[in-house]
Amino acid sequence: MTQENTAAPEFDYGLFSYDSKEQMLDKSKEFWNPGKTQFWIDSGVPLVIDRREEYFIYDMSGKRLIDAHLNGGTYNLGHRNPEVVQAVTMAMQHFDIGNHHFPSLARTALAEALIKTAPSGLSKVIYGSGGGEAIDIALKTARHATQKRKIVSIIKAYHGHTGLAVGTGDDRFSKLFLSDRPEEFPHVPFNDLEAMEDALRGRDVAAVIMETIPATYGFPLPNPGYLEAVKALCEKYDALYIADEVQTGLMRTGELWGITKHGITPDILVTGKGISGGLYPIAAVLATEKAAGWLNEDGFGHISTFGGAELGCIAALKTLEICSREETRSMVHYIADYVGKRLAEVQATYPDWFVGIRQNGVILGLEFAHPQGAKYVMRHLYENGVWAIFSTLDPRVLQYKPGILLKPEVAEEMLDRTELAIGKAYAEIRNERRSA
Amino acid sequence: MSEMTFEPLMVEPAGVPRGRAMVERADWAARAYAKYDAATVNRIVDATASALAARAQEFARDAVTETGFGVVEHKVLKNIACSTGIVETYRGQDFVSPEIDEVNKIVAIPRPAGVVLALTPSTNPVATVSFKIILALMTRNAIIISPHPMAKKVCVAAAKAMAEAAVAAGAPDGIIQIVEDPSIPLINALMTDERTDVIVATGGSPVVRSAYRSGNPAIGVGPGNVPVLVDATADIQKTAARIIESKAFDNSILCTNESVVIAEEAVADKLLAAFAREGAYVLKDEERDAIRNTVFPEGHFNIKMVGKDAVWIAEQAGIKVPAKTRVLVAPFDLVVPEEPFAHEKLCPVLGFVRVPSADRGIDVARAILRITGAGHSAAIHSANPNLIMKFSAAVPVLRVSVNVGNSLGSSGIQTNLPPTMTIGTGFAGRSSVGENLQPKHLLNYTRLAYNADVREVMPSFAGLNPWVSPTGPVPAYPLASNDRANTPAPAPIHREPISQDVAELRDEIRKLIVEELHALIKN
Ligand SMILES: Cc1ncc(COP(=O)(O)O)c(C=O)c1O
Repeated sequence: MTQENTAAPEFDYGLFSYDSKEQMLDKSKEFWNPGKTQFWIDSGVPLVIDRREEYFIYDMSGKRLIDAHLNGGTYNLGHRNPEVVQAVTMAMQHFDIGNHHFPSLARTALAEALIKTAPSGLSKVIYGSGGGEAIDIALKTARHATQKRKIVSIIKAYHGHTGLAVGTGDDRFSKLFLSDRPEEFPHVPFNDLEAMEDALRGRDVAAVIMETIPATYGFPLPNPGYLEAVKALCEKYDALYIADEVQTGLMRTGELWGITKHGITPDILVTGKGISGGLYPIAAVLATEKAAGWLNEDGFGHISTFGGAELGCIAALKTLEICSREETRSMVHYIADYVGKRLAEVQATYPDWFVGIRQNGVILGLEFAHPQGAKYVMRHLYENGVWAIFSTLDPRVLQYKPGILLKPEVAEEMLDRTELAIGKAYAEIRNERRSA
Repeated sequence: MSEMTFEPLMVEPAGVPRGRAMVERADWAARAYAKYDAATVNRIVDATASALAARAQEFARDAVTETGFGVVEHKVLKNIACSTGIVETYRGQDFVSPEIDEVNKIVAIPRPAGVVLALTPSTNPVATVSFKIILALMTRNAIIISPHPMAKKVCVAAAKAMAEAAVAAGAPDGIIQIVEDPSIPLINALMTDERTDVIVATGGSPVVRSAYRSGNPAIGVGPGNVPVLVDATADIQKTAARIIESKAFDNSILCTNESVVIAEEAVADKLLAAFAREGAYVLKDEERDAIRNTVFPEGHFNIKMVGKDAVWIAEQAGIKVPAKTRVLVAPFDLVVPEEPFAHEKLCPVLGFVRVPSADRGIDVARAILRITGAGHSAAIHSANPNLIMKFSAAVPVLRVSVNVGNSLGSSGIQTNLPPTMTIGTGFAGRSSVGENLQPKHLLNYTRLAYNADVREVMPSFAGLNPWVSPTGPVPAYPLASNDRANTPAPAPIHREPISQDVAELRDEIRKLIVEELHALIKN
């Protein structure tokens, strides 16, 4: 089969193609997002994800990386998990997005499955097409239920960038679009119960929204008892407790929902990202009967054409089933145990550089003794074949999120590479300091 | 009504992905368990075996109810023999600690297989499940059991009881798993999974052959068809008692139950008379033909007969026999493939052939094994060592029970062979193992070998042990890292070798075994 090779494009994806990675990056800047594209080039991580499978992603250059960020848990089950792929492919023989006006087969089935596996008390499901929209739904629901307007969140919280959600987060993202509304969205310091009580005391707060562990802030762990006390304050001052489980749900803490490890039944729980196996966008809000009253009052109160798309519901049903397996839970406990122990050994090697491990299950924040430490580590990890990202709102901390179905030999390889990268980042920083 | 138009796209049958998840979990568990020290392993093995033995009666009854065959009290005996019995057999042996050979300057470090996939039969359901679990635990392997579908309920209950006891005694989570809904695609997926380190297949030939075809290391065992030679020097009364007791054992569903008795003409009538005194019914010619038609209609074995009692089988053939009949003896002339009585029967029907001489009897035994059962077992009742040697050398089997019933003789319960529920049939029986399956078959050793030069001295390795005893549940529960000090430390693993209750239970069980064996061997 010796055929004349007449300048076929090197990167042919069927409907589109590129001649080279450089051309792709140029077009990315020209037609898509110049700021973001340039940021990664400047960061020493010129990654354009091409092939992807299991917990591996491949740059266009062919370079393989172990995915230890998983897009915040989106690829919890690995990339293109074969079981979810099969479920969605089969579903496409019969279903499409569906029609959001009507009762729906798949939306109802997923709702039932979510309620059956959720903390008791949650009884209704409302769908969005992404995490931000689901957070907006949660906030609207709380406002309706309490007939109050204020939403309290944590300084450096991250709940998404949609209309209401953006108000709960860092100013950087709301001010840019003139969307900051401090009167409606007071922010209080994390782990500070006095500040929380001060914010609630006026009884004018609709809800406190809490990531069970604040992800984009680098996974600082709630002090033992903190979340429980916040929930108690909510009850005392008639505010709802909204658990943002977008990054802590789906078995990442070793239980299906992280909040259950605190014994808390939230009034509202939000899930997104990993819920559909990374194959079809969908997000969901789970609410108690009391919180979800608007569904009776005006069932068309929140309209979203793609919210709860039926193909996404099917992906989510399969994902939920996989996450709920006894085998999966067991494996997460093994992975968490192994990763934690190996990292503790690495920490013992570099005690004045690798200064902290924040861990709950396979959610990890690794703290380094430099204001931008995690960026150095990220780059060395990239060079050594692991993808993990610094925390946008605290760049000392690396977000390190291994998959829940990680195989032991990949876990070992990931840690070998991580150990080397942490050492190299340390050497680089020491050299900079010496030559400075 | 919705009209579903799903096409059969690359669809994996239900249960297969779940099976893969079990293998992945077992992989983690096996890696953890492979680091355990001998004392902890012993504690786990004791607790797990006792958990099964304590419910031996219940599981025996449930097995008979679910499968419809076998004899409850015989299954009780096997359940005990294959749990605490096996543990006692190997007590004092260590499959964990490094072995030091100072003379040859070699240290052998035991290395478990990893993930053992065990396929278990319907005939010996709980005993085989227990046997394989205990062997796996002794050698620090994880095990996944795929039970025979006919016996799945009782096997699942038994394996779960053992798994719970193992983990409570400190074993890693997931060390024992069992498939609740076995199916052919699921078993295939488990057998071909690259994480399966060894398959131990007991069951019909198709299962065993596919284990070997899987591409993974496999230990499979072939079928039996046991010939029994009785020569003129045998003690006829004892021989008859032993053969009938053994043939009646568990209604003859073991692969080790006698198939055809080959009697030297000089003692044949005396032997038949003694059989009758032991509760066998010797069929007359027309009765024998009726039994042949009932047990082998159109020449094919009728599976309804498996493990049924003799009276019931006779009734099906329209024959009235005394109510206490335990075995039906079917005399016939010629051992050839088209004679159904020359095949394995899996019910208390015993073939009987007369031969003019013991030498001719050897030829007949060979003829039986040409049909099936090569590599398995045979028995001889004789006082003549020359003949016994000649028989054993000529007949292609790997164990010959001498002056003992074969069902518990070949399986090592009434002989000093390693007690087993899995009989290696060796090359003749197309298997990789020729011995009775025992712990060593699930182990490799890493041998560190010193320079043979006498000037290179091997230092002392005495007391060096790479293995550890876990300090809490394995794996540890994933508490938040800032909460580990506040939360009460996980319940420390119970360290005494064995608790009072379990020790008492073990004594009781030992007594029970001795009593039952006594009753069984009563002459
Ligand atoms: C905790 C948390 N909540 C909500 C969101 C918003 O989800 P989405 O990006 O799907 O809008 C994110 C996204 O990173 C998140 O991490």
